[in-house]
Amino acid sequence: MVKFLPLKEAVAENLHDGDTVAFEGFTHLIPTAAAHEAIRQGFRDLTLIRMTPDLIYDQMIGMGMARKVVFSYVGNPGVGLLRRARDAIENGFPRAIEVEEHSHAGMANAYEAGAAGLPCAVFRGYRGAGLAAVNPNIKSVTCPFTGEVLAAVPAIRPDVTFIHAQKADRKGNVLVEGIIGIQKEAVLAAKRAVVTVEEVVDNFADLHPNLTVLPNWTIAAISVVPGGSHPSYTHGYYERDNAAYLEWDEIAADRDRFQAWIQKNVIESSADDFACRVEHLRKAA
Amino acid sequence: MSDADNLGFTPNEMMTIAASRALESEDVCFVGIGAPSAACNVARLTHAPDITLIYESGTIGTAPDVLPLSIGDGELCETAVTTVSVPEMFRYWLQGGRISIGFLGAAQLDKFGNINTTVIGDYAHPKTRLPGGGGAPEIATSSRQVYITMAQSKRGMVEKIDFFTSFGHGGGGDHRKRLGIDTAGPTLLITDLAIWKPDPVTKEFTVVSLHPGVTREQVQETCGWLVKFTEALDETPAPTELELKTLRDLQARTRAAHQGPPTGKLHK
Repeated sequence: MVKFLPLKEAVAENLHDGDTVAFEGFTHLIPTAAAHEAIRQGFRDLTLIRMTPDLIYDQMIGMGMARKVVFSYVGNPGVGLLRRARDAIENGFPRAIEVEEHSHAGMANAYEAGAAGLPCAVFRGYRGAGLAAVNPNIKSVTCPFTGEVLAAVPAIRPDVTFIHAQKADRKGNVLVEGIIGIQKEAVLAAKRAVVTVEEVVDNFADLHPNLTVLPNWTIAAISVVPGGSHPSYTHGYYERDNAAYLEWDEIAADRDRFQAWIQKNVIESSADDFACRVEHLRKAA
Repeated sequence: MSDADNLGFTPNEMMTIAASRALESEDVCFVGIGAPSAACNVARLTHAPDITLIYESGTIGTAPDVLPLSIGDGELCETAVTTVSVPEMFRYWLQGGRISIGFLGAAQLDKFGNINTTVIGDYAHPKTRLPGGGGAPEIATSSRQVYITMAQSKRGMVEKIDFFTSFGHGGGGDHRKRLGIDTAGPTLLITDLAIWKPDPVTKEFTVVSLHPGVTREQVQETCGWLVKFTEALDETPAPTELELKTLRDLQARTRAAHQGPPTGKLHK
């Protein structure tokens, strides 16, 4: 059953060296505070899974925490490249990492297969695409009814998934709304799920019946971290900090500047610092 | 004196406006970020008010007041008819055949409309690691047609791309059909200098219209393959005042929104 824990304990209890872990969020609701806690606790040899590894995986890769990264878009959305990830892939700095690359359709289908308890996902994809030649996990199956050749990829089953969400009720049920991305599938595909939320409310009695609610028994731990997705955003709470994404491009371009930034803003900070980072972004959100 | 001073508009403005004109109110358009996003929203704000714009974050029928920096900015969701999950977006809406136009940009493009946004150099040991395909590999094969827009350069428009991120017409001719792809693929390329369409048989992109003031030599000098021109070459109509004002207002709103107040937000 779900436990409400300080983020430090929630991460320590659920993440271990060598784990396969997904910190999911499709532009919206990125679990930055959880990722920063993982950096502070210094995990090693992680397999990092995410459709859109952006700043937080750039940071974790730059800190040498990843053995492998599984992804479908390794960019800073709307800005350009991820410079720490590039340094690892192109130069093996600070360590070489293994890369498993898919398309969005491939990753989305693989998460859904994981949530559905299937061994693999089948879909119409990768036709003519170069990825099929460089990723041995992209194979094909023939439809037994029509003979159509379809793409197949293995299901994604993380040891642990971290997501950020709007709110939990006192029983630990979690509401996700807005651009819901792949969060529900990533939670249901994982052995354990940890959720950071903006706030806890008494109950969900007034919610529309078709909203995305994750029942408390699908979640291992919840931590209340207001602002916990900054510089991403939380729909209804604060806006995306687009200027910060632009700024990251400069910070990550230089190895020393990156280290200095991590030291000041991650190592010497805590989950409590996120609330003030979004203060100026709250207004009409 | 710049082009804008001579003509009253820049090559990039001409590109975006020419691309916007290719879209209609009836279209259901899967929008790539960057140049395609600007063109799609200019179309929506001018001659195609009922166009359905879809971004891969799951937002269907969105109408943002400013151009999103990412494919998942909050305003896309707030103004959308509905927002679905990412697996639903790719399974039901794209794979299900609901998209009439997939609108893509490109880092590297060849004459058959194949796109590379993955690596420059060898895949295993890349010279430059680019962001990769994201949604593009399936947008390129599941959308009924694909439009491509990019500014011309010898580095971008090449004889041979380093990686097939998104399949266009492959080696040309009926290559798509031979791979079991039953959609039309790239049917239009809009650059900052010209409008291109594939030859009906070879599928090689051929220039059909030059933008105002552009010469054949300029098109060739900024393209890495030997350019073919159609016999009855058109001149692209210059942007109208309304088109230019719509684009410039949109870009001004976007700049103001993205830069925001200088608060040093990533730092404490």
